[in-house]
Amino acid sequence: MIKTQNELALNRTAALDAIASYDCRILVCSGTGCIATGSNKIYEIFAELVKETPGVTLEFAPHDAKEHEELVGVKKTGCQGCCELGPLVRIQKGERVIQYVKVQQSDCKAIFERSVLGDEVIEELLYHKAGEAFRSPSDIPFIAKQTRMVLENCGRFDSESLDEYLASGGFKALEKAMFEMSREEVIEEIDKSGLRGRGGGGFPAGRKWKQVASQKEKVRYVVCNGDEGDPGAFMDGSVMEGDPYKLIEGMMIAAYAVSAENGYIYVRAEYPMSVSRLKLAIKTLEERGLLGDNIMGTDFSFHMHINRGAGAFVCGEGSALTASIEGNRGFPRVKPPRTVEHGLFDKPTVLNNVETYANVPKIIEMGSDWFRAIGTDNSSGCKTFSLTGAIENTGLIEVPMGTTLREVIFDIGGGMKNGAEFKAVQIGGPSGACLTKEHLDMPLDFDTLKKVGAMVGSGGLVVMDESTCMVEVARFFMNFTQNESCGKCVPCREGTKRMLEILERIVAGEGRDGDIELLLELAETISATALCGLGKSAPNPVVSTIKNFREEYEAHIYEKRCPAGACQKLKRIYIDPELCKGCSKCARQCPVEAISGKVKEPFSIDLEKCIRCGSCISTCPFGAIKEG
Amino acid sequence: MNSSFDFTVVDQILAANNNSPQAIIAILQDIQEHYRYLPKEIVPHLSAKLGMSEAKIYSIATFYENFSFEPKGKYVIKVCDGTACHVRHSTPVLEALWNELGLSKEKHTTDDLMFTVETVSCLGACGLAPTMMVNEQVYAAMTPEKVLAVLEELRGRG
Amino acid sequence: MSEKQYMTIDGIPVEINGEKNILELCQKIGIKMPTFCYHSDLSIYGACRMCMVENKWGGIEAACSTPPRAGMEIKTNTERLRRYRKNILELLLANHCRDCTVCENNQNCKLQELAMRFNIEGVRFPNRAKSTKNDDTSSVCIVRDAGKCILCGDCVRVCNEIQNVGAIDFAHRGSKMVISTAFGKPLAESPCVGCGQCAAVCPTGAIVVKNNIQCVWDAISDPNVRTSVQIAPAVRVAIGKELKCREGENVMGKIVAALRRMGFDEIYDTTLSADLTVMEETAEFIDRLENGGKLPLITSCCPGWIQYAEKKHPEFLENISTCRSPMQMMGSLVKDQNMDAEQKMFHVAIMPCTAKKFEASRPEFTKNGEPDVDAVITTQELIRMIKESGLVFDELEPEAVDMPFGTVSGAGVIFGVTGGVTEAVLRRVSENKSRAGLLEAANAGQRGMEGIKEFYLPYGDRQLHIAVVSGLGNAERVLLRASAGEHFDFIEIMACPGGCVNGGGQPYFSNAKEARSKGLYEADRMLSIRRSQENPIVNSVYKKIIKDRAHELLHVHYTAKHED
Repeated sequence: MIKTQNELALNRTAALDAIASYDCRILVCSGTGCIATGSNKIYEIFAELVKETPGVTLEFAPHDAKEHEELVGVKKTGCQGCCELGPLVRIQKGERVIQYVKVQQSDCKAIFERSVLGDEVIEELLYHKAGEAFRSPSDIPFIAKQTRMVLENCGRFDSESLDEYLASGGFKALEKAMFEMSREEVIEEIDKSGLRGRGGGGFPAGRKWKQVASQKEKVRYVVCNGDEGDPGAFMDGSVMEGDPYKLIEGMMIAAYAVSAENGYIYVRAEYPMSVSRLKLAIKTLEERGLLGDNIMGTDFSFHMHINRGAGAFVCGEGSALTASIEGNRGFPRVKPPRTVEHGLFDKPTVLNNVETYANVPKIIEMGSDWFRAIGTDNSSGCKTFSLTGAIENTGLIEVPMGTTLREVIFDIGGGMKNGAEFKAVQIGGPSGACLTKEHLDMPLDFDTLKKVGAMVGSGGLVVMDESTCMVEVARFFMNFTQNESCGKCVPCREGTKRMLEILERIVAGEGRDGDIELLLELAETISATALCGLGKSAPNPVVSTIKNFREEYEAHIYEKRCPAGACQKLKRIYIDPELCKGCSKCARQCPVEAISGKVKEPFSIDLEKCIRCGSCISTCPFGAIKEG
Repeated sequence: MNSSFDFTVVDQILAANNNSPQAIIAILQDIQEHYRYLPKEIVPHLSAKLGMSEAKIYSIATFYENFSFEPKGKYVIKVCDGTACHVRHSTPVLEALWNELGLSKEKHTTDDLMFTVETVSCLGACGLAPTMMVNEQVYAAMTPEKVLAVLEELRGRG
Repeated sequence: MSEKQYMTIDGIPVEINGEKNILELCQKIGIKMPTFCYHSDLSIYGACRMCMVENKWGGIEAACSTPPRAGMEIKTNTERLRRYRKNILELLLANHCRDCTVCENNQNCKLQELAMRFNIEGVRFPNRAKSTKNDDTSSVCIVRDAGKCILCGDCVRVCNEIQNVGAIDFAHRGSKMVISTAFGKPLAESPCVGCGQCAAVCPTGAIVVKNNIQCVWDAISDPNVRTSVQIAPAVRVAIGKELKCREGENVMGKIVAALRRMGFDEIYDTTLSADLTVMEETAEFIDRLENGGKLPLITSCCPGWIQYAEKKHPEFLENISTCRSPMQMMGSLVKDQNMDAEQKMFHVAIMPCTAKKFEASRPEFTKNGEPDVDAVITTQELIRMIKESGLVFDELEPEAVDMPFGTVSGAGVIFGVTGGVTEAVLRRVSENKSRAGLLEAANAGQRGMEGIKEFYLPYGDRQLHIAVVSGLGNAERVLLRASAGEHFDFIEIMACPGGCVNGGGQPYFSNAKEARSKGLYEADRMLSIRRSQENPIVNSVYKKIIKDRAHELLHVHYTAKHED
């Protein structure tokens, strides 16, 4: 039990000593991605290997550790980042770290014998790029070019262990806030840091806290939005499962600052691992005395609760989220009053997202000046992105605000997959926009993105190449928003339905003159009049694709042609007269008698009859039948 | 009302949640976890215990996608159709599952209550798209072929 | 006092005087903002997005949910706003059954009105209205048609917030969202008490009063049937505005004239049986007070309340007076009078109330399989029958109702407003029979539109705790207090906020209940007989008709219903 500030220090020292006593640590990535590729099994095999080997002890047991025994820790860590290379395993001996990628069960024994017991590096399990092998994780370009602040601990230690968190400097910030700073100073520091909400809107966190602290009502809440619902985004999930203590510490600092006694984390339904890691962390903190009444002997009491989402994207909207915690339908409500005045249970509420809170401890520890030095003037600090799509290195990244898209996609992401041509990047999920080549050198920060009709959103970056149809992308997002619309306000409920209808017609080749204008008209009405932020931003993907790829829409509507060749119903099958020998094989194969011609002369396809089944293509011995 | 339904489990769940109407979502989640769906019989019971109208409980349960009043399969397969998975061709994966199990957009659960197939907007493993989740286990980089192999394995488990 | 605060609406400076939102302030200066989901009595929902206003920076805000602030400058009618409103209306119409000409609410529909007002010339989207095949006609009180629902949520809020009934709520979400009972069960199998407040607030024809006009015409036209009709107190002050009279004006005489022209054979005033109710209920109250009977005594006139008690508070059934409602008393007397006649009697009740339709259908109120009241039509239906008859209502000469139930007292008339039953009983029990006594009874605390009114009255050496409640949500609050042990002697409960003047079967206007209750109190003042016990007809009815059969004709026992 940690009952005083001094005991916290003692616990930290003990944890540091314990970790220092390890001869080797095997760090197995246990992010959702690596678990999906089998890292749990890898972990078990390593644990088994350690147990079976005489003279090697698995777990840290300070009191009876024998001098001659080698202490090897096998740890499950948070996401190490490059999900596509999983399962990821790091072998750490002191400062020396080896990063192995795509580790199979069959590799474990060799790793254990050669790199854990021995000091060898297994070349073939290292990351290779352009003939070069990278040994240390910090050398891999994907990692080397990032600045990991929020993700700093992910991959470095056991995310379930409070001691490891303490050893890494965890709860120093809380300690500083509670014992060296007044509540007002904490708020002031956050305010000065320029930290803006990482969940989408980019509202200054310090101002929010200040407003809550100034309310007359004394019962206040601290709520964390972990309902990361944007398709193609998994940063918050990675933080919750990879560094749960840091998130909780951030929330505790906020609670201390605004005098809240209860905190809620609303976790998306699809993140069972985040829920179990957070639950474990809360339980551990309660047992160790860092959560509960009169923390470390002060008058600060704080209790944490977890709410699991139940499958509703709209609950990522603040007032819908609080409604859901209160046990209601996740309907956003009209504002004013704002959440800072009447939030959860109608009380003043600080509502920030996971990444925002996770930034807090470091700001308090290092000071606002340090934070401000990172990023741009109006967007300080770093931002996590989940980098996915047609790109060489997919994964979880963190870069200073203001980094350009080009750096993210080509330097960190390693460029386009299979050398394809870059076409667009979708940023900010269903509320965001599609940016093109001309935006590649634009800095990624709140205000610049806003200027071009996009938003940081939660930070999903989906990279697309020439084979992606932008009208289809717009349809995809509209389908998503339409499905996830809560149904409360008319423009969003009815408007997105009609926008989707129109887009479905266009990709099916039934577009009409005037559709683009109607889409834009509806988009304007929805953006101006929808009740909540999600509704207002729902048309963004459509508007941005019309703006940047209008000619693709026109090709679909007027020429019934999909330039990317992606829309199934617009596929055209034609016979290349140069290659056709007139063998008539295709005509006999065609189920709808759409192909005709004179033998030994080029045949042709009647597009009216053709059902685009493609069976003629595989029949043609000369490769004369093509799609496009 | 049919009195044959045994409310012991439901009452335990209610007690664990302090019989609080505010906890209705957690209560429904716990009930669904136990029965794999929400038996209709629980609604009048919850209504009486929590002092909430049946219409309101129905309202909440139908708002959130995860709740189902229809029995779900032993294996609930959620195919991710998030952006990253979509651009990496998750649709053929879904179609392969539908074909193999005789399911469709309208029919989610096999008659033998073995499998339920749903789509989900993101599983948070976008780096390994396309992904799917069977109960709480995530499967990465799926293809139509791999999906069939997974089904075989699950069937083998029974 | 702080200085006056102003904001600017369409260039006009407007004083802010405690208005909750811009919409109210707009109303104050004569701008009728378009809205579907705003009702001053309900919580702010803010979902229809019609009442948007533009601020000086071009921002768009909803007038219903934005509080006025000093110095604020807004415009209510700009090119952009018109465009957005048209878009929203077009989107709603695209999802709406547009068979307006055969709609129950034709010309009484906000969607229709606003579509006209904003000059909607066409709908560019395919119609996706839900099929009318799914209409819920299971309730005898109201009919629901999802194809006409615009999901404004007014019904849900009134059913839950005001009435605490919770029969309906939203179900599903997004474009699949509907208003539904639990599991979409028929309304008749839900906790619905038939109060009809949902139909009253519904801006379209999605929830309407069940129409029983045809069976009334059939009876009138049947030469083998004698038709009689009774008119409830609250009807006479609610008909005016629809038929070119003043809202709240007592047009009882004209109604009688109209009904006679339509062909009714006998026309009575429910007020007379209200007088009987006063006699019976007062006797019952004094009996319970004197002989240690179950207290509080709760009134029994309101069938919405009776159903609410049966469904939610069976523990209070024994507290409810055994008196039949005035409608059922009149029904049983009329049928009793006609017992031996050759011609079959068809008795119609014209009520401000949808729940009365259910009450009339209850097996407790049948004799030899024949109902005491054969049909209940609401004020709304009466207005349509008058229109259908082609009568120029405002020009009709007033006529009087028929004997033997011809004279009524003011005490019976005020039954139509919350507190009326209580006041009538007070007039019965009050010792002082002078005008001063009436004034005293009027000032006891039962008048006014507040949902819960409470006061103490001396009775012998004790103080009686009396509560007057309207709105079932308020009833719930008072019952909870009673359950918790607080002592009440007498509770008047009316299901509809404000009482019968605001019943679910009345034409719906905002502020109608105030005008109508004023009309009833005026009618009371104009009558020479103000106390039920002074009504000579009451005495003669007791002597000549009821005799020793008061229990059989005027009382009823509701039994607790068990769920099966």
